[in-house]
Amino acid sequence: MIKNISLMVMIVMGGVSFANASGDSAYTLKKHEWPHDGPFGMFDKAALQRGLQVYKEVCSGCHSLDMVAFRELTALGYSTDEVKAFAGEYEFAAGLDDDGEEKFRKGLPQDYFPAPFASEEEARDSNNGALPPDFSLLGKSREHLSMFTPWNSIYGEDYIVGILTTYHEEAPHGVELAEGMYFNETFVGNQIAMAAPLFEDSVEYADGTSASVEQMAKDVATFMYWAAEPKMEARKKMGLKVIIFMSILTIMLYFVNKSVWKNVKNGKEFD
Amino acid sequence: MGSSGYEPKNKAVKWFEDQLPILGLIHGTLGAGYKAPRNLNYWWNFGSLAGFMLVVQIITGIILVMHYTPHVDMAFRAVEHIMRDVNYGWLLRYTHSNGASMFFVIVYIHILRGMYFGSYKSPREVLWFLGLVIYLLMMATGFMGYVLPWGQMSFWGATVITNLFGAFDFYDGMGESILHLLWGGFSVDNPTLQRFFSLHYLLPFVIVGVVILHIWALHLPGSNNPLGIDAKGPGDKIPFHPYYVAKDAFGLSFFIVIFAVFIFYLPNIMGHPDNYIEANPMVTPSHIVPEWYYLPFYTILKAVPDKLLGVVAMFGSILIFFVLPWLDGSKIRSAKFRPTTAFFFWLFLANTIFLGYLGTKLPDEIMINMGGGIDALTLGRISSVFYFAYFIVIVPMVSRFETTKPVPTSIAQAVLDAKKGA
Repeated sequence: MIKNISLMVMIVMGGVSFANASGDSAYTLKKHEWPHDGPFGMFDKAALQRGLQVYKEVCSGCHSLDMVAFRELTALGYSTDEVKAFAGEYEFAAGLDDDGEEKFRKGLPQDYFPAPFASEEEARDSNNGALPPDFSLLGKSREHLSMFTPWNSIYGEDYIVGILTTYHEEAPHGVELAEGMYFNETFVGNQIAMAAPLFEDSVEYADGTSASVEQMAKDVATFMYWAAEPKMEARKKMGLKVIIFMSILTIMLYFVNKSVWKNVKNGKEFD
Repeated sequence: MGSSGYEPKNKAVKWFEDQLPILGLIHGTLGAGYKAPRNLNYWWNFGSLAGFMLVVQIITGIILVMHYTPHVDMAFRAVEHIMRDVNYGWLLRYTHSNGASMFFVIVYIHILRGMYFGSYKSPREVLWFLGLVIYLLMMATGFMGYVLPWGQMSFWGATVITNLFGAFDFYDGMGESILHLLWGGFSVDNPTLQRFFSLHYLLPFVIVGVVILHIWALHLPGSNNPLGIDAKGPGDKIPFHPYYVAKDAFGLSFFIVIFAVFIFYLPNIMGHPDNYIEANPMVTPSHIVPEWYYLPFYTILKAVPDKLLGVVAMFGSILIFFVLPWLDGSKIRSAKFRPTTAFFFWLFLANTIFLGYLGTKLPDEIMINMGGGIDALTLGRISSVFYFAYFIVIVPMVSRFETTKPVPTSIAQAVLDAKKGA
């Protein structure tokens, strides 16, 4: 009886309807299905390559990608020669020559993506005082994962697509935008310093995919999630092996335990 | 621990054992020489699981340190270097970060098991104290470990938590002196990171030491059991090996499956996304929350309007566990025979989980749309009052006045009766 009451109390406490925490925003974030979702989901390599193209041709003008090295691009499905060629398109400072003049060299696979600005000050100066964030971890740092109410989770890729596709050309009636700000449904406070970066056919995809804003947003979001979690595929693959192995071991140990305990269950006594 | 009747048959082993009786010590602690009650249920698996997690944390931690740099300019990048460049670095780090959460889950269950079955009661008060000391050391270790990646939540969590100690301002400048000592400067900065790193490496080994004392103190009276009665006759006890070794092995294997689900498929669900943004003293996150295992105490802190009293209440909410053996005046240990105690135990647990839930909310957030709306702060205050009332009023009163159920005379008898009934 008492046990039932305490159970009931717990159920009632858990069931009280609490007001939605983020109820003040009139906009809801659209959720997408991603090929890399779920325990078996792996990256869509074609999308990663298109995303890299969008990053290189559009985003990298302002956004750095400090923590990703060219050598890692083999994970996108490129061969080492293609990566070498890709790296070679960049130029890096290589100290001074004998006359004290700055030297430059071609990029190598072990080099990291160069930043568009030399310093935070320079970046802010070029961007109306705002600092374009580094892309290396954005895919993870904008997530809000909820263990007990997974339907309330916001995934990094959905957020990025949201930012890129929910600009309004004009702020809704009654909204006063600060100078140099743009109206965006997804961004916190709905005012963002970045102008809408993507337009129909901003890039011409190498694989011929038609470059709609939605398509480019999804591709670059996939690329950014890969940049933030490059070991996701290795992680999921190993996880499957570990869980299968440990599950079988657990079942075996269950029967080992049962057989060990048999005599005690039958009333065996020890002195 | 102690002599266990271990007699090696091999001559070389006997020669060694005569000079250092360590094999007998192991035999008497984790082997057939230790006799445990025959009726331990699966809630008794969590002690060995906690020991396993301590070892996992130490091993992964030592390897992570080989690739980490405790400096404000390099720490964040060093963690990403581990995640991206170190062979299986992502596995080490996700195991370590999720391992901390798992360690706390296990220890919370272990503590709650002790509460429900009265394991803290005589003759096991010192055992209970040692467990609480381990828990306090874990809290300190976990907090300092969370600072090491030097993300936004690392930095601001460290700022908020260290500032609490400034509340002990009993004479002019005392609070400030404490803070300067904790920080190694005038704010959370490189010296803070370096001393936290040093202590985060040290404290786990202190925990190992207290764990040894904890096991020592356990083996004098022996394990409590679900019935809470003393094991007397030979029919009440069975050797630890092979029975509980087999049971612990099965439990451990099952636990690792669950642990693996988090490491491989939900590695970031227990963390905070802001910690993937490098620490920036110029930008305060909109919402600073500690790790989940501190949340109930964080709510208690926020519930008290006065800073010093809030800090006292927060520490008091944990330290009060030390006097639980005397707050509980019942002659019977197990809540199995104390229905009212059991009821309030579950209520206490539900309330504490609710406190933790409130810890993630802003104080003025409306939680229940009723009347003018009830905010998180008000609910937090009600819950905090209940938390303390449980210890100060409910346990002392209920344990002394409740009608209890008849207690079996011996473990063997109870096992026999249960068999007949089934």
